[in-house]
Amino acid sequence: MPKDKSIRKVMVIGSGPIVIGQAAEFDYAGAQACRVLKAEGINVVLVNSNPATIMTDKAMADEIYLEPLNVETVTRIIKKERPDSLLAGLGGQTGLTIAMQLSQRGVLERYGVRLLGSDIEAIDKAEDRELFRNTMKAIGQPVVSSEIANTLDEAVKAARNIGYPVIVRPAFTLGGSGGGIANDEAELKAIAGTGLHMSPIHQILVEKSIAGWKEIEFETMRDSIGNTIAVCSMENLDPVGIHTGDSIVVAPALTLADKEYQMLRSASLNMITALGIVGGCNCQFALNPDSFEYAVIEVNPRVSRSSALASKATGYPIAKITTKIALGYTLDEIKNDITGKTCACFEPALDYVVVKFPKWPFDKFAGSSRKLGTQMKATGEVMAIGSSFEAALMKAVRGTENGFDTLNAPSLYDGPVMERLREQDDRRIFTVFEALKSGISVDKIHEITKIDRWFLDKIRNLADFELSVAGKKKLSKEEYIRAKHLGYTDKALQHICRAKKLPGYRFSYKMVDTCAAEFNAETPYFYSTCNEVCESRSFKRSGKQVILVLGSGPIRIGQGIEFDYSSVHCVWTLREMGYDVVIVNNNPETVSTDYDTADRLYFEPLTPEDVMNIIDVEKPIGVVVAFGGQTAIKLTQFLDKHGIPILGTSAEGIDLAEDRARFDKLLEKFAISRPKGMGVKTLQEAVQAAETLGYPVLLRPSYVIGGQNMTISWSDDQTRKYMKNILASGIENPVLVDKYMPGTELEVDVISDGTDVLIPGIMEHIERAGVHSGDSIAVYPPYNLSGTMLHKLCDRSTKLALALGTKGLVNIQYLIYENELYVIEVNPRASRTVPYISKVTGIPMVDIASRVMLGKKLKDMGYGTGLYRTPPCHAVKVPVFSFEKLNDANAILGPEMKSTGEVLGIGKTTAEALFKGLTAAGLTIPSKFNMESGVLLSVAEIDYQEILSIAEQFYDLGIKLYATPGTAETIKRQGIPVHSVSNATESEEIYSLMEQKKIHYLIYTGAVKDSTMGDFIAIHRRAMQLGIPCLTSLDTAGALIRIIASRYNLNNTELVDINHLQTV
Amino acid sequence: METAYLVLGNGKVFKGKHIGAPGKCLGELVFTTNMEGYLETLTDPSYAGQIVIQTFPLIGNYGVIEEDFEGKSALKGYVVRELCDTPSNFRSQYQLDEYLKKQGIPGICGVDTRELTRLIREEGVMNAMICSRVPKDLSAIKEFAVTKVVDEVTCRKESVYQPKGIKKHTVVLVDYGAKRNIIRSLTARGCTVIAVPSSTTAEKILSFKPDGIMLSNGPGDPAENTFAIEQIKKLVGKVPVFGICLGHQLTALAMGGRTEKLKYGHRGGNQPVKEKGGRTYITCQNHGYAVIADSLKGIGVETFVNANDGSCEGITYPGRQCFTVQFHPEASAGPLDTGFLFDRFIAMMEGRENA
Repeated sequence: MPKDKSIRKVMVIGSGPIVIGQAAEFDYAGAQACRVLKAEGINVVLVNSNPATIMTDKAMADEIYLEPLNVETVTRIIKKERPDSLLAGLGGQTGLTIAMQLSQRGVLERYGVRLLGSDIEAIDKAEDRELFRNTMKAIGQPVVSSEIANTLDEAVKAARNIGYPVIVRPAFTLGGSGGGIANDEAELKAIAGTGLHMSPIHQILVEKSIAGWKEIEFETMRDSIGNTIAVCSMENLDPVGIHTGDSIVVAPALTLADKEYQMLRSASLNMITALGIVGGCNCQFALNPDSFEYAVIEVNPRVSRSSALASKATGYPIAKITTKIALGYTLDEIKNDITGKTCACFEPALDYVVVKFPKWPFDKFAGSSRKLGTQMKATGEVMAIGSSFEAALMKAVRGTENGFDTLNAPSLYDGPVMERLREQDDRRIFTVFEALKSGISVDKIHEITKIDRWFLDKIRNLADFELSVAGKKKLSKEEYIRAKHLGYTDKALQHICRAKKLPGYRFSYKMVDTCAAEFNAETPYFYSTCNEVCESRSFKRSGKQVILVLGSGPIRIGQGIEFDYSSVHCVWTLREMGYDVVIVNNNPETVSTDYDTADRLYFEPLTPEDVMNIIDVEKPIGVVVAFGGQTAIKLTQFLDKHGIPILGTSAEGIDLAEDRARFDKLLEKFAISRPKGMGVKTLQEAVQAAETLGYPVLLRPSYVIGGQNMTISWSDDQTRKYMKNILASGIENPVLVDKYMPGTELEVDVISDGTDVLIPGIMEHIERAGVHSGDSIAVYPPYNLSGTMLHKLCDRSTKLALALGTKGLVNIQYLIYENELYVIEVNPRASRTVPYISKVTGIPMVDIASRVMLGKKLKDMGYGTGLYRTPPCHAVKVPVFSFEKLNDANAILGPEMKSTGEVLGIGKTTAEALFKGLTAAGLTIPSKFNMESGVLLSVAEIDYQEILSIAEQFYDLGIKLYATPGTAETIKRQGIPVHSVSNATESEEIYSLMEQKKIHYLIYTGAVKDSTMGDFIAIHRRAMQLGIPCLTSLDTAGALIRIIASRYNLNNTELVDINHLQTV
Repeated sequence: METAYLVLGNGKVFKGKHIGAPGKCLGELVFTTNMEGYLETLTDPSYAGQIVIQTFPLIGNYGVIEEDFEGKSALKGYVVRELCDTPSNFRSQYQLDEYLKKQGIPGICGVDTRELTRLIREEGVMNAMICSRVPKDLSAIKEFAVTKVVDEVTCRKESVYQPKGIKKHTVVLVDYGAKRNIIRSLTARGCTVIAVPSSTTAEKILSFKPDGIMLSNGPGDPAENTFAIEQIKKLVGKVPVFGICLGHQLTALAMGGRTEKLKYGHRGGNQPVKEKGGRTYITCQNHGYAVIADSLKGIGVETFVNANDGSCEGITYPGRQCFTVQFHPEASAGPLDTGFLFDRFIAMMEGRENA
């Protein structure tokens, strides 16, 4: 069936900000969808609140709305744009949920919009627990015995019927938010309570726990005439019980005999047929390891994280084909792009092993539980390809950048390894390794962990090898080759044995081609192996000069999708300039790892050795490190030492910016101030430094991303505690102690060609210094900056950029305190704000920076020099957090970054942009407050003065004030009526007020002390569950008041099409 | 493990480690892209005379499960990248290496199986030898040919398989090297299956008064089997006939068509086959020869085509109650998606479906 010609204008819904459970994979999927639609000559209307995406690029769609992703706003855009069709299956759960709401509210019908791909009935059948179970029952597919509960009583009754342990799964939540395993009634009550609140329809599923069974997934496709294929099978190394997003996953399934494999494959295809899926669909099964008994866990009737993984694991572009199917094409009509000859209606054959390893944010949330369960906690993941499971696993482990290059990791808790094996946490695989090394048998470990013996035996191969070479001064040729086959880097090997000199190894690279070499393919998609014949070295090349671009690895807090955006744009520009561009990255969720983004893709870890091995093959004229975040920057010195040219800002310039002493000297030279500070290496030095500078001080290690381990200390006690923690883990570089000044923070991205400087835009943060820039609301253009200060800032930026020898981008952060301008930080690379500023100013910053790197001059680029003109709009970036998933994490904003994503609000005024931004970030701002609306204030003593004006403003807006005793006393004294509420430790009053919906917002800054931290975390968790925003900075509270006062609502903002912004 | 060599007819040598039975072997080198199902592959009689390369690098993960066997191993040698010596599966009985030793199949591991596959893809199927010393003279390798292999793998005497449940039909299965799942697929549908050797005459076959005749898969060049072809000529039109793989090719030859040798065949579980006027199915395949559809113009109608290369995957002979397919509806190893063809065969025997 050829394309449906009645489809002319399609709305595509993106997935919004990056949160745990919904990461960059939807940008990859959405970008593929947009490209397919555009290639078909279809008008594309795109809606996504996330600016850091490729899919919101000018060329991807005709109309682009960076607007809040809620049904009201999308309805307004439909009304304005009148698309004839809607493509929702590529925007994750967010996109699918909005599509369903649009359908339920009759919006689609009213405006004659057709839903492409799976229809509402199919989505309903897959998503609604009861409908799904009925459908499965009808086709004889076993599901886990379970009951639906709408109340706590029903949940308890259900669990009694089913028998403990049970799993609680809330309906319609992302990544299983609010779910968990309950072993008894007490646990059930707690979990079910949470689940019922988290579910938008207040419904949970109480299900028989099948923890310990094998977890198997199939990525399937179905078209409108009923062709079905299973693109890829995947097996979770971690059995059922740990969310698949938090599991180590292999592809294809490795422990299934054909009989089991085909049984589950057929089940998948029967299921998607019965559900009437049109497009990609993920099917998850639990398989009893001791029989053929299985149960369907769930299906996701859309493109998902797993399908992104399957696409990269096989080379089969699921999102692209899903879009084509949605347009009416059938699988047998679509060609397999990779072979160019064969048909897309086939199942990829792999001739390698793929391992996916999650990237968790626990380094950011010390003290938060590392236990893994049915609720996903990982922010991102890496994928590794190898000829053996061992090699792929080793690549994956070092690729996650956890500081480990083998499975040797210090344990997190005390106690015998046998006990620790029972801990189902992020370090389990390392504990398993430790156990194997200590001689505990595979059977014993299997008994405790239920991890299949096959995996354990393979890990034992690694343990045995390490034991066999441990401490050896010289390795035999056989031992060295074996090490390489098992996936050890030379550096890792030198840590295990004591061999000073290793002979070196020449890796070969094999191609990922969907067909195990059965057909000739020209896919420029490679992975390293120890086989003899290298397909990359013999790959046909254009003869153009080669440039290597380093990607940014897994998505993590502090290094998100923004860096993939920049890497991809750099690749595109360099290709356009006539270079042969090679990209190295290991993140399966990204556009950069699409095999047709660069001229060649190496799906490899971003470590010095892995990158050098690729350089050995590609012989590039230079390497680009500026766009891959800290992951790429980290490699600069190593590459420079090995004589590899760094394109753009030199290794010398980068060091100048990163080395504190050298940087201070530079600042002195230009008489630029920075907060006074010093580097220390011991506890005593730290205390002394703090005393010299005067409290409060900012403490942080050097060379970190996202403000890791950064804190504000107000006392010697806090300083001592911090230093003890830091010194315990050992430090190579000094700890920095800076005077903390609570001023206004500004951020600027600068492009320099060495002679001239272009400043695309300046952002001002709502939150004062002390809150990490990534967690601050950033406003463009600045709303409170004097002309003199603006001039000064431009002047300093220009001087610094030139002095650092910047060729390309540099990000500078400033602080204004008592009318004095200070420099806080300089990052000699593309920053998090590049996509945001590029989109609102219309300056293709990465494109310009890439050209400059290769010697082009800013003067010739048509954007002028100096500060660029301000467009007729205001834009506000608002951070988005994932505390629903990490509900025991400390949510107080501080110098350590905690947000996982961001949204943008664009408006005619700052207030309008702020309203949109906050709304897009999930903060509900009622258009009207009634007499019952209230806010709870609980602030630290140092904030007593400042809370008064905030209290007064809330009061003036007609909002009832509640406050904890100390805060209440202060407010009362000012003559403002306030209800005093007892502290959380003393009574349940705060909780019951929240539950009675009397409190709409929480303003809480009183958790600076350890003693009050527990209180705060508990209150915050409850607030999250009830959907009550909790603000931990008085500046954010001030912004909130501004927008409440501004009377903006979801219906009176102006919808902004950023593709036509410049012509306004 | 001892060093072993895989020596190709074109002179290329791959060094690896010896696995399986001791000694050397000579055969036609082919590859299969199935990622699982190595037991079914090893026990598929259609591999007679061949050395099989597994393109998936990890083989033997679930050990040996005898109930999954499709027949008696007839292949000459086995090539894998990594052979698992710590299998894990609830049904696993013993290691794969032990099976190879028991069956007298020599093999080699630790070789670049992807490069081998690329070589065969580019140069076509070639002969090869697994040995411990590289021979100076390659003529033995070059001259090797797979001949008379059906005789090697067909059953020696007839046997009867009882149906599951109530008996509905009697089917004579002409065994050219039949996979057991063909028998299981028929008995599961209420057929009594009488398996007979390939040397059985048409008269003898018809003497069982079958409701239908199943022509099985099998190894080698179809054109060699002149006796079988003659018998099929006498059978088609008399009772419903269903042919699979070699059975499909032999029927085409019997009906006056021609077959050709493919450059490197189709072996794996991911081959797309389009039913003309219908949908596309993912099929299990193992064949080196194909029917030339044009050679059957006016006699047979091409009903299935390979969606990758357009080769013939199925023929129906109108008015003769005969249909044949190149792929394997009995799967094992591979997708079960075309099992409905057995239902069609049943329907034909019941007079519900005409070919």
